[in-house]
Parts: sequence; C-alpha cells; structure tokens
Amino acid sequence: MEKLRPPIVVIKDLNKSYRRGSQIIPVLSNITFDIDEGEFLALMGPSGSGKSTLLNLIAGLDKPDSGVIRIGGLDISALGEAELALWRASNVGFIFQFYNLIPVLTAFENIELPLLLTSLSKRERKEHVETALQVVNLTDRMDHYPAQLSGGQQQRVAIARAIVPDPTIIVADEPTGDLDKASAREILELMERLVHEMGKTIIMVTHDPRAAEKAHVVRNLEKGVLNNVLP
Amino acid sequence: MFFLKILLRNAFRHKLRTTLTITGIAIAVIAFGLLRSLVELWYVGAERSSAVRLVTRNAISLVFPLPLSYKDRIKQVPGVKDVSYGSWFGGIYIDEKHFFANYAVEPKSYLELYPEFVLPPAQKAAFIRDRRACIVGQKLADRYGWKIGDVITIRGTIFPGQWEFVLRGIYHGAEKSTEERALMFHWDYLNEQLRKTSPLRADQVGFYMIGVTNPDLAAQVAVDVDRMFKNSLAETMTETERAFNLGFIAMTEAIVVAIQIVSYVVIVIIMVVAANTMAMTARERTTEYATLKTLGFGAGRIAGIIFGESVVISMIGGVLGILLTFPGAHWIEVELIQFFPSFTVSPLTVYLDLLAALIVGTVAAIFPAWRATTITVAEGLRRIG
Ligand SMILES: Nc1ncnc2c1ncn2[C@@H]1O[C@H](COP(=O)(O)OP(=O)(O)OP(=O)(O)O)[C@@H](O)[C@H]1O
Ligand SMILES: [Mg+2]
Repeated sequence: MEKLRPPIVVIKDLNKSYRRGSQIIPVLSNITFDIDEGEFLALMGPSGSGKSTLLNLIAGLDKPDSGVIRIGGLDISALGEAELALWRASNVGFIFQFYNLIPVLTAFENIELPLLLTSLSKRERKEHVETALQVVNLTDRMDHYPAQLSGGQQQRVAIARAIVPDPTIIVADEPTGDLDKASAREILELMERLVHEMGKTIIMVTHDPRAAEKAHVVRNLEKGVLNNVLP
Repeated sequence: MFFLKILLRNAFRHKLRTTLTITGIAIAVIAFGLLRSLVELWYVGAERSSAVRLVTRNAISLVFPLPLSYKDRIKQVPGVKDVSYGSWFGGIYIDEKHFFANYAVEPKSYLELYPEFVLPPAQKAAFIRDRRACIVGQKLADRYGWKIGDVITIRGTIFPGQWEFVLRGIYHGAEKSTEERALMFHWDYLNEQLRKTSPLRADQVGFYMIGVTNPDLAAQVAVDVDRMFKNSLAETMTETERAFNLGFIAMTEAIVVAIQIVSYVVIVIIMVVAANTMAMTARERTTEYATLKTLGFGAGRIAGIIFGESVVISMIGGVLGILLTFPGAHWIEVELIQFFPSFTVSPLTVYLDLLAALIVGTVAAIFPAWRATTITVAEGLRRIG
C-alpha cells in the first residue's frame, strides 16, 4: 500500500562514536531508516550493539557525530541543548526499564511532570493526567507513591507520564526488562493499545522475542549496523 | 509551587540524615552565636564609655597611684569642667567567686561626672552625707537581697582589713548597657583608714576622672594634663575613657582573636560536613535528576531543587540554633555571673547566624548542583541499577 504521509522519523547516514581516552569506539555506522506515523518498531540486537545509543539519539538525549535525524519534519541534530530539552518535553514520551519515577511524588504528580513545562493551567493539567490515568487503568492509585506500587503498576504510571503531553514519538528502552511475565504481557498489551487505538508511534528496544512479536516492524542492530529488516 | 513541594519532600526523605544535619548546623550556629556574643561583650565596656570623659592614671602603670594634690592643678587646665578621683579597691565579698567591681570615689563629683548612675535624690544625699556609706547597682542588690541600711562587709586585698559599709543607695543604669553590678564608697573613708594604718599610702589616688566642657577639646586637654606633670615624681597618662578601656582590652586581644577564629572554624567545619552530606544525597539521586532532565527540565531548575533543599535544611538548623542561643546565653549569664556582667545576644549576632546558615546551605549545594547539571542525560541514566 502506498504511503500517504511522509515518515514521522527520518534517519539518514547516522554515525556515532564514543571517545574513551585516546581511543575512539565507533558505535553506530551509517544508519539509515524511516519510521512511519503509527508504527510500532522493535529494535533488537546483542548487548553492546548500540540500541540504547540509537534510541537516545532519536529521543534527543544525545548528539550524533554526523547524519540527519528528522522528527516530525524537524532536524533535531541542529538544535542546541536548551532547545532540545524543550523539544523533548512536548515531543517525546519516555518509558524506561526501571520506570524512573520520582519517589517523592505520587503517581498523579509523576504523570503531571511533563505538563509543568507547558502553558497548561492547573485545571487543564488535571484533566490530562486523569485521562492518562484512565488509559493505564490506575485512577484508583493516583495518590500512591511509587514505593507503594508493584513494578507493573509503576511501569503503567511511567507509560501514563509518557503519553500525557501527547508526544510525537514514544521511546521505550527494554520496558519489560524488569518485569515478570504477567506484568510484561500487560505492559505490552497496553503499548499495543496505544498504537492501535490512539495512533501513537513507538520505538522500543527489547531483548524479549515476545515483545518483538507485538511490533509491526523489527529491526536488528549488530555491531552498529542495521543489517536486516524483518517483516 | 511544584519546586517547593519536591525540594521539601526531598529534604525530609532521609529523616535521620536530615535530622543529624539540622542538629549539626544548629549546634554550630549556637557555638558561633555564643562565641561572637563573648567577643562583642569584650568590647561593649569600651563602646559604651564616654568620649567626653578622660581618665588620668600613673604613666608607669595602672597599679601605681597619683598624689591627691594633682586634683587642683588638673582643674586649672583650660577645657576641664569637673574632676573626680578614686581608687580601685578590689575587695572581696564572701569569697573570690562572688566577684563584683568595687571602688572608692569622691561621691559628689563622681555622681556629677557619671549621670548614667541614677539615684533617688534622698538616697544620693544620704550617700554623700555619710562617710561610711556605699551605693550599689540594682542587679547587685537584687543578687544579694541587700536593702538600704544593710551593712556590707568586704575583705580588702589591695587595702587589707575587713571594711564595713552602710548601704545608702541603690542606683539604676540610665541605659541598658550601664554596669549595675558595682559598689562605690567614699574615698575619704579609705584614706582616713590608710592614714591610721599605712600613712605612706595615704593621700594617693588610683585615677582621676576628668569631664571636659566640649568633646572636641578632649584630645588637647589630655595632652595638656600630661605635659603639666612631665618630669614630676609621678608622670601621668591621660586618655579618653574609651581609649582607657580599649587599652585594657588590648591586653586580652590575643584571646579575643583566638575566640573569633574558633567561631569561624566552627562554621567552616559544619560547611564541609553539610557539603559532604549534600554530595552524597545528590549522588544517590543522579538518576532522578537525569530523569527530570530527560523530561525537559533545564539545568537551572535542577540546580534550584538542589540549592533549595540544601538551603531549607541549613536554614531550619540556623533558626533552631538561634532559638537555642538565647537560653544558652541566659544560662551563661546565670552560671558565670562573676565573669560577665551581662551576657546578651545582639541583633547583629542573630543576623550573622542567619548569614552563616545561608552560606553553609549555599556552599554545600555548589558541587552537587554543578555535577547534577553538567552530567549528560545519557550518562545520568546509565547509572541505573
Ligand atoms: N557514554 C559512553 N561512553 C563510552 N562508551 C559508551 C558510552 N555509552 C555507550 N558506550 C558504548 O557503546 C556501545 C553501545 O552501547 P549501548 O548502551 O548503546 O548498547 P545496547 O545495545 O543498548 O546494549 P544493552 O543491550 O546491553 O543495553 C557499548 O560498547 C558501550 O560500552
Ligand atoms: Mg541498552
């Protein structure tokens, strides 16, 4: 089927290396690929292959040595540190392996965090947070602190935090890596719903074949090269 | 609003650690405040003394007397309004622990020269009339429960013997800083006894007190008085009362400087301790700060959270310390009365306490804030697990 819209993420000739002392360690070489809007992409590959590095570049957390990353039409590799931070706040939703909730904030307050950087009023923020809580089905837990929630519940709060600013893309680095099977399935089903029912674009790094199964596209990264594309 | 919430909750996350830090800062502030009060007290006598009054003493040393005959000659010096004289008596009441200042003065001229000692007219008249009379300050009278008419026995040290004085007046200080713990009696009474027991020491005074007509003349009068007695048997040394007192302080300067240094060292130590604690705390929260950065929070806000937390903790410690400094000062006043006439905490000391706490909190947060804001997000996040 012919694509009607341009891809939401365009990556061209991306290179990234790290410097360790006098040594230069190439991590990503000439990566080129696109991601369509509404796509659920799984990035797989052995440990140390550069999956997290690539994800961080797409999410605007790090800068490439060369190449282009265009997201929603904007070349983010051209943005400065502060601009990039602002851009992240409204364009990227983050889901981490270890949830990364702020322990001193309740579920509600954690979800509200990204909205504090917008111009929304307190009432509008509350409405957005409540909607996100409904999506992840945790309305009854909104006043709980992270320590009072199970791992799966914490990850659902993190997902609510990721979707609440209605971002252009959602990035997830091994979102099920720290969860038991049942919770992992729950999280994956939730992510599937985000894609199918809400039209979100998700880029997920994973080691878990079951997680990859849920994705539309699986890309394999090996030694810094994107070498095969599975259907 | 949000920042206040998160920094306050962060501050009390480790209850024990925060409590210990607050306690440490409070103790440091108490120590700093009390040491500073002590230093201030050292100078207070000098500062409250008058620039219009001069003190003339023997040029060799305070312990050598001057002839009584100098009185009339000093009076002749242009610019001199009144002259009074007296001797440091240094007597002991009961025992050494009950120290208070006591001296022999010429009552009439002395009270004229020192209007800050306020006496009811009847008591003043009674004091001047009776050669064996003495007056004491209100605080001293309160301390020993003395009433008018009581006989007070003092053991002489410089002038041996048991000396009995009849209490004829209790004075109030015109100002809060006026010494209210002193006893004064007739110089004539002292002299009379000396004529009988040790005639060689009679007709000698410890010091002259000179009132000048105009403060601008004080320096010139001092020069003129000393010139008049140049090359005489007892050369004089005349200074303003303030200079006289400061000269006394100069002898103890080294102690004062040492106390001052210690007071600053206390603050520096607590600063290092607080900085270490903040660094430890911030290190534990590296991922949290990295998460906030990931979500788009800028370096300024993250630094704000860290500085805010540190300053909140140190200011709580500071305020607690200030509140406890007052009972501490009161305790010293009661327990160590023989050393300090009054031990008060000045507003300046309170401001310096607050400033010290603020500096401790700010300095403690510099390194952690610098680290949290300069570490890259990717690196901060990698510290997970
Ligand atoms: N800040 C850094 N400094 C130096 N080297 C780094 C840095 N970050 C990553 N690397 C190196 O880059 C390579 C790719 O790391 P990356 O974290 O992207 O791997 P990954 O595919 O996510 O691995 P895993 O599956 O274990 O999470 C590794 O060899 C890693 O050691
Ligand atoms: Mg990784």
